Amino acid sequence: MSRLGKIARRTFLIGSAAVVGGVAFGVWSYRKPLENPLTTDEGGVITPYVLINAEGVTIITPRAEMGQGIHSTLAALVAEELDLPWDQVRVMHGPPATAYYNSALLKEAVPFAPTDQSWLAETARDAMAIPAKFLGVQMTGGSTSIPDGFDKMRAAGAVARAALVAAASREWGIAASELTTENGFVLAPDGQRLSYLALAARAAEAPLPDAPPLKPRSAWKLLGTSLPRVDMAGKATGTATYAGDIRLPGTVFATVKRNPAQGAAMIRYDAKSAETMAGVIKIVPLDDGVAVVARTTWEAFQAADAIVFEWGAAPYAKTSQEMREQIAASFTADALEGTWRDQGDVGQPAEQTLEAEYTVPHLAHATMEPQQATALYTAGRLRIWAGSQAPGFARDKAAAVVGLPPDQVDFETTLLGGGFGRRGEYDISVQAAAIAKAMEGTPVVVTWSREEDMSHGMYRPMATGRVQAGLSKERITRFDFATAAPSIMESFGARMGLPAAGADQTLVQGAWEMPYDIPNYRVAAYRAPKSVPLGFWRSVGASYNAFFHDSAIDELAHLAGADPLEFRLAHLDHDPSRQVLRAVAEMSNWSQPRQGRALGVAYAFSFGVPAAEVIEVEDTPDGIRITNAWAAVDVGIALDPRNIEAQVSGAMVFGLSAAIRGEITFADGAVEQQNFWDYEPMRMGQTPAIEVRILESGNQITGIGEPGTPPAAPALANALFALKGQRARSLPLSKHFTFA
Amino acid sequence: MSVTVTVNGAITSVDLPGEIPLLWALRDGLNLTGTKYGCGVAACGACTVLVNGEAVRSCQTALSDVEGQSVTTIEGLGTPATLHVLQQVWIDHQVAQCGYCQSGQIMQAAGLLAANPRPSPAEIDEAMSGNLCRCGTYPRIRAAVQDAARKLSEA
Ligand code: FES
Ligand code: FES
Repeated sequence: MSRLGKIARRTFLIGSAAVVGGVAFGVWSYRKPLENPLTTDEGGVITPYVLINAEGVTIITPRAEMGQGIHSTLAALVAEELDLPWDQVRVMHGPPATAYYNSALLKEAVPFAPTDQSWLAETARDAMAIPAKFLGVQMTGGSTSIPDGFDKMRAAGAVARAALVAAASREWGIAASELTTENGFVLAPDGQRLSYLALAARAAEAPLPDAPPLKPRSAWKLLGTSLPRVDMAGKATGTATYAGDIRLPGTVFATVKRNPAQGAAMIRYDAKSAETMAGVIKIVPLDDGVAVVARTTWEAFQAADAIVFEWGAAPYAKTSQEMREQIAASFTADALEGTWRDQGDVGQPAEQTLEAEYTVPHLAHATMEPQQATALYTAGRLRIWAGSQAPGFARDKAAAVVGLPPDQVDFETTLLGGGFGRRGEYDISVQAAAIAKAMEGTPVVVTWSREEDMSHGMYRPMATGRVQAGLSKERITRFDFATAAPSIMESFGARMGLPAAGADQTLVQGAWEMPYDIPNYRVAAYRAPKSVPLGFWRSVGASYNAFFHDSAIDELAHLAGADPLEFRLAHLDHDPSRQVLRAVAEMSNWSQPRQGRALGVAYAFSFGVPAAEVIEVEDTPDGIRITNAWAAVDVGIALDPRNIEAQVSGAMVFGLSAAIRGEITFADGAVEQQNFWDYEPMRMGQTPAIEVRILESGNQITGIGEPGTPPAAPALANALFALKGQRARSLPLSKHFTFA
Repeated sequence: MSVTVTVNGAITSVDLPGEIPLLWALRDGLNLTGTKYGCGVAACGACTVLVNGEAVRSCQTALSDVEGQSVTTIEGLGTPATLHVLQQVWIDHQVAQCGYCQSGQIMQAAGLLAANPRPSPAEIDEAMSGNLCRCGTYPRIRAAVQDAARKLSEA
């Protein structure tokens, strides 16, 4: 049994099975409540999100905590409605379960721009909650945890509160409407009080409301304030547990070595010398490589390096050069994936014209924690500890590889040492399961070497963007944008065994939904041939389309002889977007000339968030230095400002790291980069002071893990143009400029 | 083949070959999992510990090299109940995101402040630049180290 199962046995669970839902569609089975994954021998099972036992109140936060602070903010949503003091809040990730499906995940897949809040667009978005429920996808990604959890988690807290109040009402014989709650207690008008703990058993039997009223924003005490994160003390003291930190009696340590040409087979291997090396316990062959189990991880690494392999050849283009040529050859009618925006006539003549091609390379996620998992297989049961953004998928795939039904697998989601999309995959869970089965009865910690991690990713695709645009009288009169890349959805969908979906919207994400007012405007995407494994990389398609789109806007501004920031403002038909630009103008003192330094601005719109960034660069004898950076975002409603600030600032550093030096290249089908010396993220000395401003238009609440990344690369490229007069149309920028 | 080391104040004998890097002796031999593996080649700082008060990369330090020496890991610096000043400022500034790099960051900062109690901003950047953070928490690390230096010098 998982830790949760054990706790649940002596636990009272509070709330209503009908907590989720709320979308008014007449589909009976959609409204039918999902099974509560939390079970208790004491009966009285209620919401999947709140449980109370002798240790206190625990809030289930079934989204991956990968650094974005989601456990804290989801818990705050529940605690707010439950009137639970923040220092009493305990959180737990919870098991993989259909009840924890993400209803916001598919909302971006509708053919309406996120700025479109018309009845039709909203209806289409709501309708996406239905397939999301049936697919039961419990996935953390797409900056969706907050849009998905905002109502759901507050309702879970409100239902639990109602149950506790009802229990106190019966206990005292006082009408529920007379009672109030505060700091984990139910209070009677005469001053009597009962703690939630004392009421838990009776609350489990209380009748429950379907749709309890939620507090108005003016009554919020926790939400809207900067709360100390629940995971902070653990992370400052080395006591936070990641997937490779599980230590059970008799634990052994493993690593894997797989074909560097991903997806190709292993033809043969010779482990004779590895087998006799110090500490080696077992060599376990896998489909496309070998696992070594040893006394320590280092001994496993050493032995894995001593194995001689013969590998099958890559089933895709061998070099980055060939992949780039395939992409360049994909701007054809046959490869057209779709035209997401088509207004007016982009063939119109213009006074001034721009024709530009932009390119970006493959990128690795390079999470600080390499892929790790722990597994134990005993007597037809499998336990896995992994940091997963998609624990349901990972559990099912792991179950299949050891031949067990999924309900014989206890999957515990640990903290993630960075996700950025990489941990939506299940490769490490499946390997850990297979190795654990070969080591029946012995717990195995599987750790990839950094080299294995760098070279066996699911990469951000290489992409090419082409822009043909025209200007007349300082206005953009036409803008024809085309992007070509291999499809992430095709690659991911095949791995997950999902049915082929329609057109891959990630190809144009970050370009087609730009709220620019341009009369003749077209955004099209072309699908390049499948090559290396691709995955979701923080901000997905917007990570490259924002660079293409915003660079072109910047080039047009300079062509028009206009101020680049004013030029964007003059073309934007979306007030929140104009506000974020005005904010960075003010913060950076945009119009103030500075000696030896220059500013660049960029604007992007992704995951429903308008984001503007300004970067200041300086030419020094050691090279270009980034001296200051400013960002402004509009999140609709800000639940935890200090955490949002951290996300935007971190996302910007992530984007700048990629912009300056990020590049994964292939030779003979294998990744050439191996470690942080040849795929080097930004270091502290290169990182500027970063100032973030959070705006709240009050519109739809949004997630903020990703939107800070897309503007970073174009803001830096635009700043470099302003400083040096040289336009870089390809990333990484270190190929064009020397950085300090 | 056992090697004797003082780990977090306790004389400890580790039953592993001397050439094993200290990182793995700590994590896999002694179950001290607060120290992290990030690169194995001294390029990320996730494995930083103190040896006789000095910050070192434990992935590049053989166990035999610390025989008879004093090793301090994040677990020995302080605990959730008895926080070290650096851990307290890390919480005050809400530094960590995923947290995976932070043990190494804190131990590097401890080594820096032991050698230089009043580092300038440039000295902080210089000393901390060997420690990568993929979540980009650098601005808060900077602020936290400055704050810790102030608190330690006032104490
Ligand atoms: S693991 Fe030692 S420096 Fe990276
Ligand atoms: S906090 Fe995630 S790597 Fe530093």
